[in-house]
Amino acid sequence: NNSGSDFFSLFLQLYYQVLNFGMIVSSALMIWKGLMVITGSESPIVVVLRCIYLSVSPPSGSMEPAFHRGDLLFLTNRVEDPIRVGEIVVFRIEGREIPIVHRVLKIHEKQNGHIKFLTKGDNNAVDDRGLYKQGQHWLEKKDVVGRARGFVPYIGIVTILMNDYPKFKYAVLFLLGLFVLVHRE
Amino acid sequence: MNTVLSRANSLFAFSLSVMAALTFGCFITTAFKDRSVPVRLHVSRIMLKNVEDFTGPRERSDLGFITFDITADILHRKCSVAFFALNQVVLWDKIVLRGDNPKLLLKDMKTKYFFFDDGNGLKGNRNVTLTLSWNVVPNAGILPLVTGSGHVSVPFPDTYEITKSY
Repeated sequence: NNSGSDFFSLFLQLYYQVLNFGMIVSSALMIWKGLMVITGSESPIVVVLRCIYLSVSPPSGSMEPAFHRGDLLFLTNRVEDPIRVGEIVVFRIEGREIPIVHRVLKIHEKQNGHIKFLTKGDNNAVDDRGLYKQGQHWLEKKDVVGRARGFVPYIGIVTILMNDYPKFKYAVLFLLGLFVLVHRE
Repeated sequence: MNTVLSRANSLFAFSLSVMAALTFGCFITTAFKDRSVPVRLHVSRIMLKNVEDFTGPRERSDLGFITFDITADILHRKCSVAFFALNQVVLWDKIVLRGDNPKLLLKDMKTKYFFFDDGNGLKGNRNVTLTLSWNVVPNAGILPLVTGSGHVSVPFPDTYEITKSY
């Protein structure tokens, strides 16, 4: 009988831990989705993964000294906000998965309201036409993921580390599991 | 062993909260600053050509040349000079780091980027305006795009310059 109640209390503790974990995950998801609605952007927070540098100099970040690998950018993409030169936009080129974070250099708007624009990285000597699709000279609103409105430095390094070194990710998960087990007192 | 782990855990959690609070403090102190600054702009030479746009689509477009002066006092920004008119073109930009002299005193500057219009809209256009805007990159927080309070009009001539080179 004793062992039965022991087993039951152990089961309760485990069940409680699982519920706890589930609550954390769902609150994070709620915050993420909430941010999507408020900012109107499909990915309101983007970690600066890679900066593409176009020149013969040794490779470095294309938006330095403003942003470096691992900085976290807060984006909005509200329709009422027109794109202006000098803004930092995150855009995606057709056929490429990874969005690019550069500054708007030129905007041309036609009488019918159709807008096209050109971008350039701060640290690049030339504009991004070499990055666009073959034959593409301008970006359009549909290519834009969002406009950078705020930023926090260095935070995203953890995400990059976990992406580049899967062993690190497993180590972190293992340590987390260890903490959960240890903390049960 | 257990107390070491739990102490390390609480230390870690505490430093995370302190860093978060500091970051939030950075954001708060920079978010609501009034950043508008008086800017004096002056344009001295304006010339207009119509050439094949060699920077992109190869159609004949208007190409403007201007020489300008800027006087402004700014702090830790990235500046760009832009034209406003339904269409905007960045003509010149500069990165100003913290510690650099914040006073901008530039005379007889040529444009850094080619002033191509997408078409022939510069000819005879009296509605072209030169303004100075800048992007502030804080330690952490909002990235505002501020426009200086001065602007100058750049009236383009009615005819193309064929002979003179800039």
